[in-house]
Amino acid sequence: MSAIRLSVPATARAGEVIELKALIQHEMESGFRRGSRGEIIPRDIITDFECRYNGETVFRASLFPGVAANPFLTFHTVATESGVLEFRWTDQDGETWSETADITVT
Amino acid sequence: MRARVAAAAALLGACGADAPAPERTDLNPADAVSGYTFLTPETQALQDDDFANPGFLWVDQGRALFASTDGVSASCASCHEAPGLAAAAPTHPKIDAASGDLVNLEGRINLCRARYQDAEPLPYESEALLSLTAYVASLSRGAPMSVVVDGAAQASYAMGRDYFFTRRGQLNLACSQCHDDNWGRKLRGDTISQGHGNGFPAYRLEWQGLGSLHRRFQDCDAGVRAAPLDAGSDTYVALELYLAARSEGLAMETPAVRR
Amino acid sequence: MTTVATPRIDRRALLKTGAGALFISSIPIPASAAPEDMQAAVKETFGDGPIQEGRVALSIPPISENGFSVPIEIEVDSPMTEADHVRRIAVFSPRNPVSTLINFELGPRAGRAHVSTRIRLAGTQAVLVVAEMSDGSLWSGAAETVVTLAACVVL
Repeated sequence: MSAIRLSVPATARAGEVIELKALIQHEMESGFRRGSRGEIIPRDIITDFECRYNGETVFRASLFPGVAANPFLTFHTVATESGVLEFRWTDQDGETWSETADITVT
Repeated sequence: MRARVAAAAALLGACGADAPAPERTDLNPADAVSGYTFLTPETQALQDDDFANPGFLWVDQGRALFASTDGVSASCASCHEAPGLAAAAPTHPKIDAASGDLVNLEGRINLCRARYQDAEPLPYESEALLSLTAYVASLSRGAPMSVVVDGAAQASYAMGRDYFFTRRGQLNLACSQCHDDNWGRKLRGDTISQGHGNGFPAYRLEWQGLGSLHRRFQDCDAGVRAAPLDAGSDTYVALELYLAARSEGLAMETPAVRR
Repeated sequence: MTTVATPRIDRRALLKTGAGALFISSIPIPASAAPEDMQAAVKETFGDGPIQEGRVALSIPPISENGFSVPIEIEVDSPMTEADHVRRIAVFSPRNPVSTLINFELGPRAGRAHVSTRIRLAGTQAVLVVAEMSDGSLWSGAAETVVTLAACVVL
């Protein structure tokens, strides 16, 4: 299991620019490290992140081995309407993790 | 904090094979400062941010495990209420009354599993044991460390203190030579801390994850080119007790962020 | 954290502008400022178009006590309207084995071109950030950080 932490304001005024934060538990194994016997530890990284606001993509990121373990991202979006923000991470093998947060826009 | 300058050469110059045994002078409790003090402002900010501090990923997992009945006959939460549990972390390691053994928080969790949850012990350094330990210790954030070192704990305390002051490894260095005699000074790019365990399990940037105090001991032992002991071994639990007594009064910081 | 720009220009003068201040300059980054691998990665991501320096402000600590986790914060000067916004922001390293570190895609729905993350840096270097605007123009900023090694690892 991978823990996910989201920071989304519960309420916002229409048109307000809000800050969103997302943190996920993942080793982001770079593929450049060696184990105790000298063997290369295979790469295992999250490659894609997407944030959807009521189904519409408002932010995406492509991640490479140079992103620190337990990827942390902050970004912004305009609060347009009440609804659901979905945060989705996808790894190199297509496995996904997602979490949602509700927002009320007044 | 005293401003002191680099002295790594002086430290390492005094560690030949026939070097004298270090002075066994315990750290003055009035001088005790957390490892937090020696971090860069950016790393301090990461620890202080209850959202971004990655240690909370493990705390969150631990909170879920604490309430879970998966693999156990009863959840931790069915016996313990979180507020009452805040007294646990600052007072461990402590003597387990039933067995007479000294146990740390990890050991206490595994005793609970054996006695009340009909479950196998969780392996030391497993994600599950780290998460549970971090969650329980996080309930004590800000509480002062306070362990009992007399009575039944006295022999363990003496063993831990002995480990702390004994030279070991190819570098022939005792814990005390860095963490009592040279804290605040520079060792290459690092500032030497006093070696307190008040933030463990801690998220170390070097580990890129959360780890136990015993894993930190293993790194220190490896650092002086000594064979590390097993995590959870009696000697490391005894060392943890000595360090906890040495940290008397320091506030718990789990999940701390360290280099 | 401190706002700095490419080490090719007077960093002390820049520091006086204060943390968080946007740095805008017309001085281009010399082609030799970054190794070929990084330049190739920039071209692969954004094509051959000219890159102007400016409109991109990044903050990284002047000293990073561990290269495994270095905070980076990026703000691009843009109104973020339908007509004029930032499309992409990418972070590049001249020293890492993979030059591209992360690539952000945003648009007018972002409201503000301000992102942050934590990156790995294989040693002391000047990190390059390139932003692509909705008109296709490319802008860049750079900042240097000294990565120190943990003593107990290298002893």
